[in-house]
Amino acid sequence: MEQIEKHDYLQAHQKQPISQLVRSRKETEQEKMVKAETDEQHNEHQYEQNELEAEPGERGRKKPQTLACFSCQIPLKTCAEDSTIPVAKTGLPVWMLGLAADRLRADTNRLLAFLFHQGILDEQFLQLQQLEDETSPNFVSEVVNIYFHESEKLLRNLRSLLMDREFSDYNKMGIHLNQFMGSSSSIGAKRIRNVCVAFRAASEQNNRAGCLRALELLEHEYCFLKNKLHELFQIQQQRALAAGVRYPMQN
Amino acid sequence: MAAQGRHGGKKSNKMTALVVDDNTVNRMIHHRLLDNLGIENVAVVNGKEAVDIHCSGKTFDLILMDMDMPVMNGIEATRQLREMGIRSMIAGVSTRSMEREIREFIEAGLDDYQEKPLTMSKLISIIHKING
Repeated sequence: MEQIEKHDYLQAHQKQPISQLVRSRKETEQEKMVKAETDEQHNEHQYEQNELEAEPGERGRKKPQTLACFSCQIPLKTCAEDSTIPVAKTGLPVWMLGLAADRLRADTNRLLAFLFHQGILDEQFLQLQQLEDETSPNFVSEVVNIYFHESEKLLRNLRSLLMDREFSDYNKMGIHLNQFMGSSSSIGAKRIRNVCVAFRAASEQNNRAGCLRALELLEHEYCFLKNKLHELFQIQQQRALAAGVRYPMQN
Repeated sequence: MAAQGRHGGKKSNKMTALVVDDNTVNRMIHHRLLDNLGIENVAVVNGKEAVDIHCSGKTFDLILMDMDMPVMNGIEATRQLREMGIRSMIAGVSTRSMEREIREFIEAGLDDYQEKPLTMSKLISIIHKING
């Protein structure tokens, strides 16, 4: 995670309770979304203008994109026409790649705000992110991928135990559950942890029906979390690639 | 002969710790937390390995002991380490929150108990007790 973004999280986290942090992030994200929509509308308007001004035979044809400055609408020269424009390896002006990076950053923030607001993740996930640095830049994704791998084994074990008609070994189930609960709480998977608490309560009462219900809910919550975290890591991967393209290595 | 630290660990500039947890995710996180604090640390997967590593002559300033582990759980491992004369700071770390469960763990010989998840601030509070 970029140092600036991590700093933002830390600053907010240290000064505000998580609920306020999530609320203020939501407000910030809403402002960004409104701005993004306004920019998109402006781009569409610009394209429509270009279409109207085009020769009749050229309308609707795929033409080279006419780029214009969003604020002053002066047409911009392409990199081929103007050698003073710094060019990334893609051939696009460097300033354009910044837009993609900003969009990806907004996507990351939006997704995280959603996950915190819905109670899917808690501040322990922030703690995990704080452990990431230049020496371990992929620490969070490494830990989470191990969590996924182990959790799926534990869920299979729990289902296998409960599906057994002669099941009676609640102690064994408790062992798997403790494992799942421990690792879930360590990565900040708050909703999963809460379901594990309910599951453990049912297990301690030897309530098989309650355990089955809890297991189904657990499997559902786990799938949801896994999808969302995969999405988050994909966006972060794209950001890393965009950063690499935007600031290409100088030979 | 190396001087003994307050809790029986070898006195040196760098603090040492032992992570005892059967869960890979927890071991990774606890290891990283300790690394970030500049604490040399080793991880084992159950209470028996914790006892065995001490039997081999190694000592640590701090032991982070999980409660529920296969082969030998944290309660039994803590009891055995104390019987061996190990005076290191042993901090129990577990998801358990019921008083009677925690009391049994503490009575086995813990110096501190923290409910999981272990955070940097919880770890620092444990370390302050070593230095205090």
